[in-house]
Amino acid sequence: MTEFIVNQWWLVAIVIASLIPLVMRIVSAGLLETLRTLDRRWIFLLLLWAVLIPIYFIGVTGRTFPEVPSVLARATFDEIDRLNPGDPILLAFDYDPPSEGELGPMATAFVYHAASKKLRMYFMALWPLGAQMIDNTIAKVITPDFRDLVYGRDYINLGFKSGQEGVIKVVVTNLRELYTTDSRGTAMQDIPMMEGITNIQQMKVIVSVSAGYPGTKEWVQYAVTPFPSLRLVAGATGVQAPLLYPYVPRQLPGLLGAIKGAAEYEKLVVDAYGGANADPKYLEALRRMGPQLVAHLLIITLIVVANVVFLIDRGRKR
Amino acid sequence: MRRENVFWMALLVIGAAALLWRSAFTTEGMGREYVRAVPVANGRWTQSDPATYGEYQGAEAALPAQTEYQFSLPRTIGLWLAAFFTLAIFSFLFGDNPFYKVAEAVLVGVSAAYWMVIGFWDVIVPNLVGKIWPALVRAWAMPGLSGPEAEPSPSYIVVLVLSVMLLWRLAPKGGWIARWPLAFIIGTTAGLRLIAFLHGDFLVQIRNTILPLAVIDGGVFDPWLSLQNLLIVVGVLCCLVYFFFSFEHQGAVGATAKAGIWVLMITFGAAFGYTVMGRIALLAIRLEFLLDDWLWLIDPTGRRVAALLAGGGLG
Amino acid sequence: MKQTGPLLITAAGGFVLIVAYFIPFAQNWGELAAIWFDILAAVAFILGGGNLLKTHLKRISDRARGWGYSGVVVVSFLATLFVGLVKVGVNPSAQFPDFAWSGQYRQMGSAFWYLFQYAFTPLTATMFSLLAFYIASAAFRAFRAKNVEAVLLLGTAFIILLGRTFAGVALTSWIDPDVWAGFAYFTGLRLENLTVYIMSVFNTAGNRAIMIGIALGIVATSLKVLLGIDRSYLGKD
Repeated sequence: MTEFIVNQWWLVAIVIASLIPLVMRIVSAGLLETLRTLDRRWIFLLLLWAVLIPIYFIGVTGRTFPEVPSVLARATFDEIDRLNPGDPILLAFDYDPPSEGELGPMATAFVYHAASKKLRMYFMALWPLGAQMIDNTIAKVITPDFRDLVYGRDYINLGFKSGQEGVIKVVVTNLRELYTTDSRGTAMQDIPMMEGITNIQQMKVIVSVSAGYPGTKEWVQYAVTPFPSLRLVAGATGVQAPLLYPYVPRQLPGLLGAIKGAAEYEKLVVDAYGGANADPKYLEALRRMGPQLVAHLLIITLIVVANVVFLIDRGRKR
Repeated sequence: MRRENVFWMALLVIGAAALLWRSAFTTEGMGREYVRAVPVANGRWTQSDPATYGEYQGAEAALPAQTEYQFSLPRTIGLWLAAFFTLAIFSFLFGDNPFYKVAEAVLVGVSAAYWMVIGFWDVIVPNLVGKIWPALVRAWAMPGLSGPEAEPSPSYIVVLVLSVMLLWRLAPKGGWIARWPLAFIIGTTAGLRLIAFLHGDFLVQIRNTILPLAVIDGGVFDPWLSLQNLLIVVGVLCCLVYFFFSFEHQGAVGATAKAGIWVLMITFGAAFGYTVMGRIALLAIRLEFLLDDWLWLIDPTGRRVAALLAGGGLG
Repeated sequence: MKQTGPLLITAAGGFVLIVAYFIPFAQNWGELAAIWFDILAAVAFILGGGNLLKTHLKRISDRARGWGYSGVVVVSFLATLFVGLVKVGVNPSAQFPDFAWSGQYRQMGSAFWYLFQYAFTPLTATMFSLLAFYIASAAFRAFRAKNVEAVLLLGTAFIILLGRTFAGVALTSWIDPDVWAGFAYFTGLRLENLTVYIMSVFNTAGNRAIMIGIALGIVATSLKVLLGIDRSYLGKD
């Protein structure tokens, strides 16, 4: 840490300089008065530093926190890991760039896991930008690191269809009426891995990477509930994850919640398939847990400080 | 000019000068994009795949005259544009300003058109035009369309009519015409949701709550799991009692409802914690973009380390 | 007719899907209705874009306040629409090189992809990242431990915030049977474990009750729409 501070003196100088006006105000008006009338932009600045400095620290030093996978992350991992090579799985990428910070690492880890297991991957999207997210993940994982996997034989991007839950309602019994071609415009009959696939009940597992509506909830309601033999695991945003717990485990055997869930699953996948020197691109969530820690501590401190001021003021009024 | 404005102007000038200095006068530089030329369709076209500075360095070291890995000016401009947009949106935190407003306007325009284009190419062309007139779509944009899915389906003419009626909403007169397709959308949504919520969120949730209150695992009583199940069952019932407003919340009912409120408060606390977690991750990725992709201050994935090119490079 | 026709269509569309759920014979009808619905959803994208264009063109022609920004909206909208529909910079697909329009509209390197990569992504992602700042500000301004309920909410939030990071492990790692054998009964109190129990017990119970309530609400609302009791979506005239 000391070495970091000495080497990155310029960053330390910028952080200190940016906070000088706040310190001066505390000195002149007093701590309590400053806190009572604190301009919210100071909170913005504190949060900026709380997130930016750990990112920079981890980026420079490469150090991350150890991660212990929780029961649900392990359950998610096991659902995919128990499959055999060649088993078909559906990967529904129902998210777009705004939630990539949370869901990008999950999507990467799911694809890395499935590709390592040599599963047949069927990608589709209920969000308009989902097809692009699929392209990006394929370009990040499969194209550079799994060159033996062939498009159309081992993986396929079916692309986006509009209609939210209406799409699930159709593909669960009749995939081909809606998906007449893949996202490249190739007819279903010309795609080797589509042979014999008529609906998504034939998938061994459905993986839902979900940012909201339509997403995991709709997959539970329109696919898993009416067809209980389907197995669904999900990677969901922090906002969505708590709402999905009532479905666990009967309708949703595996759930990764927010960046922590991503980091746990990443750890399981990389430990199992990444080797001793895993590519750092597969440890994105693990790195992001650093800023997460500092920012959480800041938020707790802010709440505590605000409550101390509140209690002091209430005591004085009485 | 106000003193505050002078200060911010000076800060902006210093910042811009620092960026200029870093990009032009330091060995590492910053904010450059590289591409790799990949021949496609038997060499008829060249596709420019994204490449890293590390790959470019590796290629140059191996063969200085190589043309496979190249600096890309358009994408470098794009990267700087992306950085500008990022900073412009962040500038709203300090206060509303023209940079933010321009970025916001671009966001609205690009997003709406983006959705339209996706809807057109991914759904309207293959699923509407392609179903009514597959020969046209095959000759034009989807030559691969074939097989049983490419047979003409006259019933889709009804959807075409409904689509035109829906778009009639944009016309100055006859807005009621759009009600017919709208009624269809509302009706199907209601039909879909009625069953899905009744089954998945009502019936199965009741089933999920019928849990053994005394868990016996391998002939041994498991007190911890039993307690968990008991808390879930009692928690759900207490919350449901709180949601009942048909009778007054007094006496035993009041106490139960109070317990329900406590369970709900814990639920909301958990939701708040998870929401904070999510929001921080969204901020982190944008700051990573600025520090890594644009400023080249950090390199966690080793993209700017001269790469030894594996198979496929400099072939 | 202006009201009756749409009411009949609403009922027909909805009940076809309900019947299809229970009678396998009617499954095809349900699929057909859902497919029509899916296509109309794509048409709604066009409607949305058209409405946006109409609104901003009117603002420009009225010289309304901030009309210059409406100009930026219109230009960026039309530019994106043009490069996307005309497939600017898209090579024909490798499979069908003789068909000029056969390439994928979002092909890497195309103008549309460029807009995704360098405009759409930074703009939308940064816009959402602003929420982190506002939630921090709200945490400072809004959360006060005024009563038991608020303490429960805040306490849970603290446990989750700590337990879902390494702070939780660091703060309560001393509850370890290796430190004292008696701790074997208390490992559930470690913050990372408490987080798991809060989520799987109390959060599940609370959200399940909310879910049941919402489900009943949606069923009632849907029935009112399908039976023509709620006609608000049809407007007045």
